[in-house]
Amino acid sequence: MYKAVVIGTSHGGLEALKLILPQLEKGFPLAVIVVLHIGDHNNDVFIRILNGLCSLPVKEAESNEAILPGHIYFAPPNYHLLVEDDLTFSLSTDEKLNYSRPSIDILFESAAWAYKRKLIAVILSGANSDGAHGMKTVKSFGGKTVIQNPCHAISPTMPRFALKIARPEIRLDLENIAGKLIELAYSKGAGH
Amino acid sequence: MSAYNDSNADLLTIELNLLLEGIFLKYGYDFRNYSKAHIRRRVLTRLGLSNIGTVSELQGKVLSDPDFFRDFLADLSINVTEMFRDPEFYRSFRENIVPKLKTYTYFKVWHAGCATGEEVYSLAILLQEEGLLDRCQFYATDFNRKVLEIAKEGVYQKADMELYERNYRLSGGKGKLSDYYSSMYGSVMLNKELSSRIVFADHNLVTDGVFAEVNLVMCRNVLIYFDKILQNKVLNLLSESLVPTGFLCLGTKESLKFSMVENQFITLDDQQKIFKKKLNV
Repeated sequence: MYKAVVIGTSHGGLEALKLILPQLEKGFPLAVIVVLHIGDHNNDVFIRILNGLCSLPVKEAESNEAILPGHIYFAPPNYHLLVEDDLTFSLSTDEKLNYSRPSIDILFESAAWAYKRKLIAVILSGANSDGAHGMKTVKSFGGKTVIQNPCHAISPTMPRFALKIARPEIRLDLENIAGKLIELAYSKGAGH
Repeated sequence: MSAYNDSNADLLTIELNLLLEGIFLKYGYDFRNYSKAHIRRRVLTRLGLSNIGTVSELQGKVLSDPDFFRDFLADLSINVTEMFRDPEFYRSFRENIVPKLKTYTYFKVWHAGCATGEEVYSLAILLQEEGLLDRCQFYATDFNRKVLEIAKEGVYQKADMELYERNYRLSGGKGKLSDYYSSMYGSVMLNKELSSRIVFADHNLVTDGVFAEVNLVMCRNVLIYFDKILQNKVLNLLSESLVPTGFLCLGTKESLKFSMVENQFITLDDQQKIFKKKLNV
């Protein structure tokens, strides 16, 4: 059984997330952890918007917080978000990676170490290359890798880089991603 | 990504623990309660950069070569900061703390974990503008001597000043940031009068005791690198360093919630994490 979904996205991401996250219904058995590049602005507004739309609780990830299934967590702006092996969060103010803080690569890599094959990584619309190497790590640990079809993404750069570098297994149009996550979440496929 | 993958992840965890234990035994620096994900990331990056195959090999070099260790220490410490990082914090500081400080004829400030000093000078500028710098004894400490040297110099990249100027304006700065530095080639040098009240010193929050009794402690974005146990220990140390009614300023993503010192403080600004120690603790 999978335990978590990590999602990385930047430009076009909020639109994509507004479509995907509300489709995950109460009882969804995985934790959902998101890096959305929004610059230094604070997260409050869109977390409030998403909380209005989603049946799962949406919140900003906190230092040392235990990661729970059925919750949606966002990286705070201007901090990297990492998953610890004991499935808690930690934050860091380290250098930007790929001009980004939070960096998708840093989330994905730490999550790959923590969840190993019980992880699903998703790259959506975005305007830079962040996340591609992290996705490659997730794949090398046996996790499932999904990208939004670059042809239909508002900003195709991010899924395109991920496609090239990580060779993800699954490529889907935006409207089919939530369905796939639900299918994977309830499959017996991963993990031992 | 080096010699480590899914199949030997457990081995990596063991080697990392041995490395941290070795560093503690040999050099006295204690990273054993740091965020493991952070340490792993830094160590794997170092393996790649120095072309070292395994953490065990790295451990051999670290333990036998003090110069190599000093460089490696910089990898493990947190050195990224900016002037007036989180401008809203400085705004709140002016509003919530400055009026109280103005009632003192003399006070002490301790900036714990000051890294390369950008935030030390930011606070010094703020205190200067409020007419408080002359009344202040300012201690700025870090365990990493390399970054302390940089902090002491007060010389920074010119390229960063655009961001710092913007932060300064948003922070409620009363003049221009350029009033406080002189430019030379690609660098800027902060005015020496700012550091006239600042003592830079070597202090390790994890292994050393109370540094001084002070009216204000700044310790921002240091606790996020620690596990719960170490966070508690360090918060306790910071609280013990404060006089009754002294101020504690943490990073915006740090908190006293669920810590053992939570009930020793009242919250002045929940967003900007400004706390005041109770009178009777």
